[in-house]
Amino acid sequence: MPRIIVDVMPKPEILDPQGKAVHGALPRLGFNAVTDVRQGKRFELQVEDADEATLAEVHQLAETLLSNPVIEDFWVRVEVDA
Amino acid sequence: MKIGVVTFPGSLDDTDAQRAVRLAGGEPVALWHGDHDLKGVDAVILPGGFSYGDYLRCGAIARFAPVMTEVIAAAGGGMPVLGICNGFQILCESHLLPGALIRNDHRTFICRDQTLTIENASTAWTSDYSVGQQITVPLKNGEGGFVADAATLDRLEGEGQVVFRYVDVNPNGSLRDIAGITNERGNVVGLMPHPEHAVEDLTGPGTDGLGFFTSAVKALTAV
Repeated sequence: MPRIIVDVMPKPEILDPQGKAVHGALPRLGFNAVTDVRQGKRFELQVEDADEATLAEVHQLAETLLSNPVIEDFWVRVEVDA
Repeated sequence: MKIGVVTFPGSLDDTDAQRAVRLAGGEPVALWHGDHDLKGVDAVILPGGFSYGDYLRCGAIARFAPVMTEVIAAAGGGMPVLGICNGFQILCESHLLPGALIRNDHRTFICRDQTLTIENASTAWTSDYSVGQQITVPLKNGEGGFVADAATLDRLEGEGQVVFRYVDVNPNGSLRDIAGITNERGNVVGLMPHPEHAVEDLTGPGTDGLGFFTSAVKALTAV
Protein backbone atom coordinates (compact mmCIF):
# COMPACT_ATOMS: atom_id res chain seq x y z
CA MET A 1 0.00 0.00 0.00
CA PRO A 2 1.44 3.38 -0.89
CA ARG A 3 2.26 5.94 1.74
CA ILE A 4 2.14 9.65 1.22
CA ILE A 5 4.74 11.65 3.07
CA VAL A 6 4.07 15.24 4.02
CA ASP A 7 7.05 17.22 5.30
CA VAL A 8 6.30 20.46 7.09
CA MET A 9 9.03 22.99 7.84
CA PRO A 10 9.01 26.46 9.37
CA LYS A 11 9.43 29.05 6.61
CA PRO A 12 13.06 30.18 6.30
CA GLU A 13 12.27 33.67 7.58
CA ILE A 14 10.44 32.35 10.65
CA LEU A 15 12.45 31.92 13.83
CA ASP A 16 12.77 28.26 14.82
CA PRO A 17 13.53 28.15 18.56
CA GLN A 18 13.35 24.33 18.63
CA GLY A 19 15.97 24.02 15.93
CA LYS A 20 18.09 26.59 17.74
CA ALA A 21 17.85 24.57 20.96
CA VAL A 22 18.95 21.41 19.19
CA HIS A 23 21.77 23.26 17.47
CA GLY A 24 22.88 24.71 20.80
CA ALA A 25 23.22 21.23 22.27
CA LEU A 26 25.48 19.87 19.53
CA PRO A 27 28.80 21.49 20.49
CA ARG A 28 28.30 20.33 24.07
CA LEU A 29 28.22 16.80 22.71
CA GLY A 30 31.31 17.35 20.65
CA PHE A 31 29.56 17.71 17.28
CA ASN A 32 31.02 20.81 15.70
CA ALA A 33 30.35 20.38 11.98
CA VAL A 34 26.74 21.57 11.99
CA THR A 35 26.23 25.28 11.39
CA ASP A 36 22.44 25.43 11.69
CA VAL A 37 19.45 23.22 12.56
CA ARG A 38 15.82 23.67 11.48
CA GLN A 39 13.23 21.35 12.98
CA GLY A 40 10.07 20.34 11.15
CA LYS A 41 7.47 17.60 11.10
CA ARG A 42 6.97 14.52 8.97
CA PHE A 43 3.53 13.00 8.46
CA GLU A 44 3.04 9.52 7.01
CA LEU A 45 -0.38 9.06 5.47
CA GLN A 46 -1.42 5.54 4.53
CA VAL A 47 -3.70 5.47 1.47
CA GLU A 48 -5.32 2.79 -0.69
CA ASP A 49 -4.17 4.37 -3.88
CA ALA A 50 -1.88 7.35 -4.44
CA ASP A 51 -3.75 8.49 -7.52
CA GLU A 52 -4.12 12.06 -8.66
CA ALA A 53 -7.37 12.64 -6.77
CA THR A 54 -5.88 11.36 -3.53
CA LEU A 55 -2.78 13.48 -3.96
CA ALA A 56 -4.93 16.52 -4.59
CA GLU A 57 -6.82 15.77 -1.41
CA VAL A 58 -3.58 15.36 0.54
CA HIS A 59 -2.33 18.71 -0.79
CA GLN A 60 -5.53 20.26 0.45
CA LEU A 61 -5.38 18.69 3.89
CA ALA A 62 -1.69 19.55 4.20
CA GLU A 63 -2.53 23.17 3.51
CA THR A 64 -5.61 23.17 5.75
CA LEU A 65 -4.55 21.19 8.80
CA LEU A 66 -1.04 19.75 8.71
CA SER A 67 0.64 23.09 8.06
CA ASN A 68 -0.11 26.73 8.77
CA PRO A 69 0.77 28.58 5.56
CA VAL A 70 1.49 31.74 7.55
CA ILE A 71 4.56 30.18 9.16
CA GLU A 72 5.22 26.85 7.42
CA ASP A 73 5.93 25.32 4.02
CA PHE A 74 5.07 21.74 3.11
CA TRP A 75 6.11 19.11 0.57
CA VAL A 76 4.15 16.05 -0.53
CA ARG A 77 5.67 12.89 -1.97
CA VAL A 78 4.65 9.27 -2.46
CA GLU A 79 6.62 6.42 -0.95
CA VAL A 80 6.00 2.90 -2.19
CA ASP A 81 7.15 -0.01 -0.03
CA ALA A 82 9.53 -2.41 -1.68
CA MET B 1 -26.08 39.93 28.35
CA LYS B 2 -25.03 36.37 27.69
CA ILE B 3 -21.35 35.80 27.01
CA GLY B 4 -20.41 32.26 26.05
CA VAL B 5 -17.13 30.70 27.12
CA VAL B 6 -16.04 27.70 25.07
CA THR B 7 -14.50 24.73 26.83
CA PHE B 8 -12.21 22.61 24.66
CA PRO B 9 -10.46 19.48 25.89
CA GLY B 10 -7.47 21.04 27.62
CA SER B 11 -8.94 24.48 28.28
CA LEU B 12 -7.67 25.85 31.59
CA ASP B 13 -9.05 29.32 32.04
CA ASP B 14 -12.69 28.83 31.09
CA THR B 15 -13.87 29.09 34.69
CA ASP B 16 -11.88 32.26 35.31
CA ALA B 17 -13.29 33.76 32.10
CA GLN B 18 -16.81 32.92 33.23
CA ARG B 19 -16.09 34.50 36.59
CA ALA B 20 -14.77 37.66 34.92
CA VAL B 21 -17.96 37.91 32.87
CA ARG B 22 -20.06 37.58 36.02
CA LEU B 23 -18.03 40.24 37.87
CA ALA B 24 -18.55 42.57 34.89
CA GLY B 25 -22.30 42.19 35.13
CA GLY B 26 -22.78 39.72 32.31
CA GLU B 27 -24.25 36.25 32.31
CA PRO B 28 -21.63 33.60 31.50
CA VAL B 29 -22.80 30.64 29.43
CA ALA B 30 -20.71 27.48 29.18
CA LEU B 31 -20.26 26.34 25.57
CA TRP B 32 -18.91 22.93 24.62
CA HIS B 33 -16.40 22.37 21.82
CA GLY B 34 -18.34 19.41 20.46
CA ASP B 35 -21.66 21.22 20.05
CA HIS B 36 -22.83 23.04 16.94
CA ASP B 37 -24.60 25.42 19.29
CA LEU B 38 -23.89 28.89 20.69
CA LYS B 39 -26.96 28.71 22.97
CA GLY B 40 -28.17 32.15 21.99
CA VAL B 41 -25.17 34.05 23.42
CA ASP B 42 -24.38 37.64 22.45
CA ALA B 43 -20.60 37.23 22.53
CA VAL B 44 -18.03 34.45 22.79
CA ILE B 45 -14.75 34.05 24.65
CA LEU B 46 -12.19 31.43 23.63
CA PRO B 47 -10.21 30.90 26.84
CA GLY B 48 -6.61 30.04 27.56
CA GLY B 49 -5.22 26.57 28.01
CA PHE B 50 -3.84 23.81 25.85
CA SER B 51 -6.75 22.76 23.66
CA TYR B 52 -6.30 19.24 22.30
CA GLY B 53 -2.95 19.12 24.08
CA ASP B 54 -1.53 21.73 21.70
CA TYR B 55 -0.84 18.78 19.38
CA LEU B 56 0.12 19.62 15.79
CA ARG B 57 0.20 23.38 16.48
CA CYS B 58 -1.42 25.43 19.24
CA GLY B 59 -5.06 25.93 18.27
CA ALA B 60 -4.77 23.96 15.03
CA ILE B 61 -7.15 21.18 16.03
CA ALA B 62 -9.50 23.35 18.10
CA ARG B 63 -10.02 25.47 15.02
CA PHE B 64 -11.94 22.55 13.48
CA ALA B 65 -14.06 21.77 16.57
CA PRO B 66 -17.79 21.77 15.78
CA VAL B 67 -18.46 24.87 17.89
CA MET B 68 -15.90 26.83 15.87
CA THR B 69 -18.05 26.58 12.74
CA GLU B 70 -20.66 28.55 14.65
CA VAL B 71 -18.13 30.95 16.17
CA ILE B 72 -16.59 31.73 12.79
CA ALA B 73 -20.02 32.35 11.25
CA ALA B 74 -21.11 34.53 14.18
CA ALA B 75 -17.85 36.52 14.09
CA GLY B 76 -18.46 37.14 10.40
CA GLY B 77 -21.83 38.55 11.35
CA GLY B 78 -20.28 40.97 13.83
CA MET B 79 -20.60 39.10 17.12
CA PRO B 80 -17.91 40.14 19.65
CA VAL B 81 -15.34 37.35 20.02
CA LEU B 82 -12.37 37.48 22.41
CA GLY B 83 -9.51 34.99 22.23
CA ILE B 84 -7.15 34.90 25.20
CA CYS B 85 -3.79 33.10 24.90
CA ASN B 86 -4.75 29.71 23.46
CA GLY B 87 -7.94 31.44 22.28
CA PHE B 88 -5.78 33.95 20.36
CA GLN B 89 -3.90 31.06 18.79
CA ILE B 90 -7.23 29.50 17.78
CA LEU B 91 -8.42 32.78 16.23
CA CYS B 92 -5.22 33.00 14.16
CA GLU B 93 -5.51 29.37 13.08
CA SER B 94 -9.15 30.07 12.14
CA HIS B 95 -8.03 33.04 10.00
CA LEU B 96 -10.38 35.28 11.97
CA LEU B 97 -7.21 37.19 12.81
CA PRO B 98 -4.04 37.45 10.69
CA GLY B 99 -0.62 36.15 11.70
CA ALA B 100 0.40 33.25 13.89
CA LEU B 101 1.91 32.53 17.31
CA ILE B 102 5.18 30.64 17.51
CA ARG B 103 7.35 29.38 20.36
CA ASN B 104 8.85 32.11 22.55
CA ASP B 105 12.19 33.26 21.14
CA HIS B 106 13.94 32.55 24.46
CA ARG B 107 12.48 28.99 24.44
CA THR B 108 11.16 29.08 27.98
CA PHE B 109 7.64 29.26 29.32
CA ILE B 110 7.06 32.70 30.80
CA CYS B 111 4.75 33.69 33.64
CA ARG B 112 4.79 37.31 34.79
CA ASP B 113 2.65 40.35 35.45
CA GLN B 114 2.91 42.17 32.14
CA THR B 115 2.26 45.81 31.37
CA LEU B 116 0.50 46.60 28.10
CA THR B 117 -0.44 49.78 26.32
CA ILE B 118 -3.96 50.02 24.92
CA GLU B 119 -3.60 51.29 21.37
CA ASN B 120 -7.17 50.87 20.17
CA ALA B 121 -10.03 51.68 22.53
CA SER B 122 -12.81 51.31 19.98
CA THR B 123 -13.07 47.51 19.78
CA ALA B 124 -15.95 45.61 21.36
CA TRP B 125 -13.56 44.50 24.13
CA THR B 126 -11.59 47.68 24.86
CA SER B 127 -14.10 50.56 24.82
CA ASP B 128 -13.83 50.97 28.60
CA TYR B 129 -10.14 51.85 28.23
CA SER B 130 -8.53 54.90 26.69
CA VAL B 131 -5.82 55.01 24.03
CA GLY B 132 -2.40 55.15 25.65
CA GLN B 133 -3.64 53.71 28.92
CA GLN B 134 -1.32 51.16 30.50
CA ILE B 135 -2.69 48.08 32.20
CA THR B 136 -0.99 45.22 34.03
CA VAL B 137 -2.33 41.68 33.66
CA PRO B 138 -0.76 38.23 33.98
CA LEU B 139 0.98 36.67 31.00
CA LYS B 140 1.77 32.96 30.83
CA ASN B 141 2.73 31.23 27.64
CA GLY B 142 5.25 29.07 25.91
CA GLU B 143 4.20 29.88 22.36
CA GLY B 144 3.27 33.54 22.40
CA GLY B 145 5.56 35.02 19.75
CA PHE B 146 3.31 36.91 17.35
CA VAL B 147 4.57 36.74 13.77
CA ALA B 148 3.25 37.89 10.40
CA ASP B 149 4.89 39.09 7.22
CA ALA B 150 6.01 42.72 7.04
CA ALA B 151 3.11 43.73 4.77
CA THR B 152 0.57 42.33 7.23
CA LEU B 153 2.30 44.02 10.17
CA ASP B 154 2.31 47.35 8.29
CA ARG B 155 -1.38 46.94 7.48
CA LEU B 156 -2.25 46.08 11.10
CA GLU B 157 -0.41 49.16 12.34
CA GLY B 158 -1.76 51.40 9.59
CA GLU B 159 -5.37 50.38 10.17
CA GLY B 160 -5.21 50.63 13.96
CA GLN B 161 -5.61 46.89 14.35
CA VAL B 162 -2.81 46.61 16.89
CA VAL B 163 -4.84 46.78 20.10
CA PHE B 164 -2.20 45.98 22.73
CA ARG B 165 1.56 46.35 22.79
CA TYR B 166 4.01 45.07 25.38
CA VAL B 167 5.65 47.76 27.51
CA ASP B 168 9.21 47.59 28.93
CA VAL B 169 9.69 43.90 28.22
CA ASN B 170 8.92 41.96 25.08
CA PRO B 171 8.26 38.65 26.84
CA ASN B 172 8.15 36.28 23.89
CA GLY B 173 9.74 37.77 20.80
CA SER B 174 6.50 39.08 19.32
CA LEU B 175 7.23 41.18 16.26
CA ARG B 176 6.89 44.93 16.88
CA ASP B 177 6.01 44.17 20.53
CA ILE B 178 2.48 43.23 19.48
CA ALA B 179 0.50 41.65 22.35
CA GLY B 180 -2.92 41.61 20.71
CA ILE B 181 -4.79 42.58 17.58
CA THR B 182 -8.28 42.98 16.17
CA ASN B 183 -9.94 42.34 12.84
CA GLU B 184 -10.96 45.15 10.49
CA ARG B 185 -14.42 45.37 12.00
CA GLY B 186 -13.18 45.50 15.60
CA ASN B 187 -15.44 42.74 16.90
CA VAL B 188 -12.81 39.98 17.04
CA VAL B 189 -9.92 40.60 19.45
CA GLY B 190 -7.09 38.26 20.40
CA LEU B 191 -4.23 38.70 22.84
CA MET B 192 -1.69 36.53 24.66
CA PRO B 193 -1.93 38.10 28.15
CA HIS B 194 -4.77 37.14 30.48
CA PRO B 195 -7.20 39.91 31.48
CA GLU B 196 -9.49 37.33 33.12
CA HIS B 197 -6.81 36.74 35.77
CA ALA B 198 -6.83 40.44 36.76
CA VAL B 199 -10.40 41.09 37.80
CA GLU B 200 -10.13 40.86 41.59
CA ASP B 201 -7.53 42.27 43.97
CA LEU B 202 -7.38 39.04 45.91
CA THR B 203 -6.18 36.82 43.11
CA GLY B 204 -4.27 38.93 40.62
CA PRO B 205 -2.02 41.94 40.14
CA GLY B 206 -5.10 44.18 40.28
CA THR B 207 -8.34 44.67 38.42
CA ASP B 208 -6.97 46.11 35.18
CA GLY B 209 -8.45 43.25 33.17
CA LEU B 210 -12.04 43.82 34.15
CA GLY B 211 -12.47 46.48 31.47
CA PHE B 212 -12.44 43.84 28.72
CA PHE B 213 -15.59 42.30 30.09
CA THR B 214 -17.37 45.51 31.08
CA SER B 215 -16.62 46.84 27.57
CA ALA B 216 -18.36 43.87 26.01
CA VAL B 217 -21.30 43.99 28.42
CA LYS B 218 -21.80 47.70 27.66
CA ALA B 219 -21.42 47.21 23.91
CA LEU B 220 -24.03 44.47 23.99
CA THR B 221 -26.40 46.43 26.23
CA ALA B 222 -26.18 49.39 23.86
CA VAL B 223 -27.27 47.32 20.85
